[in-house]
Amino acid sequence: MAEEWLGTEAAASENEDEDELQEDGERRHRQLLEAVSSLSGRKRRRLAERTEASVQVSEFNVSTKGTGEKLVLSELLQPIRPKSALSSVKNELTRVKQKAVVELPLSKEEAKRVVREAAYVTTSKDVGKWQQIVLQNRRAEQLVFPLKQDIAAVVPLEQATSAWKARTPLEQEIFGLLHKTKQPITDPLLNPEEAALLQAMSLEEARQRRAELQKARVVQSYYEAKARREKKIKSKKYHRMLKKSKRRKALKEFELLQKSDPEAALARLEELEQLRMQERMSLKHQNKGKWARSRAIIAKYDLEARKAMQEQLAKNKELMQKVSVELPEEKPDDVPEEDLTSVTIPTIPTDASRANPWLLGKPSSPAKEPEAQEGQGDILEPGAAESKEEMEEEEEEMSEEEALLQDFAQKRHMRQQRAGSPARQDADVTEAVSELPGDIPVPLICTETEVSAGIKLPTDVQEEVLLMQQLDRARTMEDIEALASEESVEQPEELVAGGREMGVQQPVVAGAKAKARQQVAAGTGAQQLVAAAAEAREQQPVATGTGAEMGAQRQPEERRAGARPARKPTSQKQLISLQAVLEGQAQEVQCPSLPVVLEEEEGGIDQRGVITEAFAGDDVVADFRREKRKAEQDAKPQPVNLVLPGWGEWGGSGLKPSTRKIKRFLRKPPPAPPRKDQHLPHVIISEKRNIYAAAHQVNELPFPFERHQQFEQSIRTPVGATWNTQRAFQKLTAPRVITRSGHIIQPISAEDIPAAARPTLEVVPELRVQPGQRRGRTGL
Amino acid sequence: MRVKVLSRNPDDYVRETKLDLQRVPRNYDPALHPFEVPREYIRALNATKLERVFAKPFLGSLDGHRDGVNCMAKHPKSLSTVLSGACDGEVKIWNLTKRQCIRTIQAHEGFVRGMCVRFCGTSFFTVGDDKTVKQWKMENPEYGEEEPIHTILGKTVYTGIDHHWKEAVFATCGQQVDIWDEQRTSPMCSLTWGFDSISSVKFNPIETYLLGSCASDRNIVLYDMRKSTPLKKVILNMRTNTLCWNPMEAFIFTAANEDYNLYTFDMRFLESPVTVHMDHVSAVLDVDYSPTGKEFVSASFDKSIRIFPVDKGHSREVYHTKRMQHVITVKWTSDNKYILCGSDEMNIRLWKANASEKLGVLAPREKAAMNYNQKLKEKFQYHPKIRRIAQHRHLPKSIYCQIKEQRIMREARRRKELNRRKHSKPGSVPLVSEKKKHIVAVVK
Repeated sequence: MAEEWLGTEAAASENEDEDELQEDGERRHRQLLEAVSSLSGRKRRRLAERTEASVQVSEFNVSTKGTGEKLVLSELLQPIRPKSALSSVKNELTRVKQKAVVELPLSKEEAKRVVREAAYVTTSKDVGKWQQIVLQNRRAEQLVFPLKQDIAAVVPLEQATSAWKARTPLEQEIFGLLHKTKQPITDPLLNPEEAALLQAMSLEEARQRRAELQKARVVQSYYEAKARREKKIKSKKYHRMLKKSKRRKALKEFELLQKSDPEAALARLEELEQLRMQERMSLKHQNKGKWARSRAIIAKYDLEARKAMQEQLAKNKELMQKVSVELPEEKPDDVPEEDLTSVTIPTIPTDASRANPWLLGKPSSPAKEPEAQEGQGDILEPGAAESKEEMEEEEEEMSEEEALLQDFAQKRHMRQQRAGSPARQDADVTEAVSELPGDIPVPLICTETEVSAGIKLPTDVQEEVLLMQQLDRARTMEDIEALASEESVEQPEELVAGGREMGVQQPVVAGAKAKARQQVAAGTGAQQLVAAAAEAREQQPVATGTGAEMGAQRQPEERRAGARPARKPTSQKQLISLQAVLEGQAQEVQCPSLPVVLEEEEGGIDQRGVITEAFAGDDVVADFRREKRKAEQDAKPQPVNLVLPGWGEWGGSGLKPSTRKIKRFLRKPPPAPPRKDQHLPHVIISEKRNIYAAAHQVNELPFPFERHQQFEQSIRTPVGATWNTQRAFQKLTAPRVITRSGHIIQPISAEDIPAAARPTLEVVPELRVQPGQRRGRTGL
Repeated sequence: MRVKVLSRNPDDYVRETKLDLQRVPRNYDPALHPFEVPREYIRALNATKLERVFAKPFLGSLDGHRDGVNCMAKHPKSLSTVLSGACDGEVKIWNLTKRQCIRTIQAHEGFVRGMCVRFCGTSFFTVGDDKTVKQWKMENPEYGEEEPIHTILGKTVYTGIDHHWKEAVFATCGQQVDIWDEQRTSPMCSLTWGFDSISSVKFNPIETYLLGSCASDRNIVLYDMRKSTPLKKVILNMRTNTLCWNPMEAFIFTAANEDYNLYTFDMRFLESPVTVHMDHVSAVLDVDYSPTGKEFVSASFDKSIRIFPVDKGHSREVYHTKRMQHVITVKWTSDNKYILCGSDEMNIRLWKANASEKLGVLAPREKAAMNYNQKLKEKFQYHPKIRRIAQHRHLPKSIYCQIKEQRIMREARRRKELNRRKHSKPGSVPLVSEKKKHIVAVVK
């Protein structure tokens, strides 16, 4: 066909002109296309192409050929005139176009699966509320079925007497009375309150309550017993420790309170003040009681009694000590008071002032600079150290912090001593005295302290201090390091100082005494101090002119006392006891140097030696050897004696069977096979296993048990009535499940469960919403 | 002449008032009563022996059916009443105390496939091969032949029925699970999940809106009635014949499977059963829980019934008689004392749930002795001699041989797997636990 077409075209091109040729070519081309399309079986629909304007325009054959653009639907709707009826339609169209495409709905299978999953989760959660009860029932020692125990209900009288009426006057009267008092008529057992109570508390709850009460009672009785026991303890030391610890605790708490809540702390202080006032009012602890009077009689001869009295006095003072509240406003108020005391009671003898608490109550002084405190501490501490050296008991009780503080003080003191030049010794005493009433300048105090430090420090005191340091060494590592460097330097100087001040021990003591009277008002001045010095002189004949100095030292001390109420009790106690002990100096020679040396010697002994010494008596190896020999002997087969006395010869008392007969009838067993432990000297192998018993024994640990001890324990405890009391026997043999014959056991339900367990059941509310429906609404 | 007699001081044993405690002339000093363990051991041994001696569980048989017993139902309110349906469409109501049939109804043409009693006990429902569900009155009619209260004609055969435990609703199964209101003739809702015949449907006795069913395409499906939707499906290796919910533990049910095993499932965790109970040597056809929820009884095609503790993998008891054929249905009575089983050879048998239990009223001392013996048996149960006696059961030859055979087969399989594991790349043959072995899939 193509050839034909080519042939005809070639023929046409020869004899026709250009236009005709083209038109003809177009027609032919169309024919060709039609022919080709007719060749294939199906008819291809061809879009009619409109190339020229015509009257009849098919609306289906609109094409945009040639424009190179897509035809937009809205353009077609565009009116020729601006306003037309189609505008609303157009708007609609644009609005529709702006909407997002709706997602494809889940397939039916998928949707169902989602519903199922959701339902399963909720249902299994619902069912899970039984978990607790199921576990409880599985673990229960005993279960009684049916679960719902129908308690035999008392038939209410209401039903029994419904027909009955009060007729006789007596009956009516009684009923009237009952009505008046609101007593139950129908149900005579319970009035409404009681009934409500009964309903409110189930058996289970009652049991629980009872158990709780029991527990509480047990705990209470336990505490009571404990308190009684503690109260009975006679040890003074124990009580002292107890008191001390309590005090310390209280202080700590107070400090904490001060930090956290200053107002509360103030309130607490006020409370203390109240206590103090009460103490003052009550006149307790003033050595006026029966006991105190008896003590006073003995005190002359008995050191202990004296000490006790003084302790009580100290306590009194302590209790009456005004608690200081550090407020700046107080300062001006204090000064006149001081003046007043100084004016009114200038020449009270020291003993009286000591006894009279009214004189001791010293208003608090404002806080001082640290230097002053330090200096004052220096003065105090040697005294304390002395008290220490003399009172070992006190030393023991001393808490660690205190010991540390003392250490520091001593170290400081030594340093000062090293630095303290003899030039300072001639510091002006009068100047110090003149300065007394007012605020003492810091440098002066420093010099004074140094002076005093330089003066005192006799050799024996020095020794003691060193010893104590040795003891302290074990406490902190810093101490050891510090001392290692210091000791070598200090030693000679101290020796020199000691040599210089040989026999100047007493001033120190006097100073200490003066300190003991620290409560004396500073304003009392020189006379009082002189008196104090005089007293000291009385007691210790060797006196120096340092008494005034001591007096000068006192004031800062007082200030410190005001500033640090926490530290007060101990130091005061020490000081007073010191004074008490001073009289009996025989006790002060107790010195721990000897045991220390001994300890060192003991340390050298070999550990092994100690053990051998401890177990010197028993020789284990020999014992074992003996044991093994015995086992061997026992294991040897014994000869069997079959001798019958009197058989074939005369028998009777005193007659022995003949040796011939014995020889004949003594059956020797064959020798035993060689022992397995023959060549093992350290082992005994026993081959006596009873195979008959083994058949009855359990040869592997049964399942629920984890250790063989548990299993053995379970077997060992007998359950029978032979070994147990009736009650225990009943308890031990109680069956796991109890059922009643002839009773139908219903499946468990929420009503069967005791109230204690029920809340767990009601936590999960029943879900009535149908997730399937909801899903249907939202998903599609 | 002086005669010496035993004389006691009355002060030693006479109480001052009757409210005083009785004096116990007994010294519990352990030194006076030595050898407690050996003595108790002997007592335990004797108790065990006596238990075996007195183990006579078979109480009697109820005969009267003219075809195999296909289904049974307990009366919810009366212990002495039990209902049974046979393969010839006959339903009988029995009085257990008299061991008599008190009523016979020709209920269906063909099998009675299933029956259940309404929770109040006034009426009962049966389904049969004639595509009907019928409701019957429990009492005898005054006169004449009796007619069902209602009859529902269905489109397909119903294979099982169960009644709701609290409401007037029941469920049938066949091609789908239908839930019916008693007042209506069309189901309230039909629950389907795939197309297959469902062999049994059971309501949960505690959470009563829950249903469990087992279909012949080897799966167990759980449904929620409230949401009228299936919940989850677990597919096992073989077909499950029936299932039973634990009456004390809401989420536990046991399925009786064709592969000789029973599977106890926790419905919250269906991925693997809680316990696999294996002892039967043929398909397990029915299972029923004891009302205490501690044990269940299973009926098997191997002509025996077995009692399993819920938490144990093996049975504690096996019952069989010479004449008992394939046991099709089994029930545990609601007083926890007896077991009823219906079998192919037209009999219903009554067994004691506790083989050696003494029936009747016990004296307090008897009771105490029984408790003590029980405790002793429990205490010494691990001792080999006692264990041997306690575990000894006589079995018919067929079962015995099959057990042996199956043990060998199991052993061979185990060995093969072991060898395969040994000779392949480590990890390529994973160790699958017995519990997981039988589960094919869980479908959400």
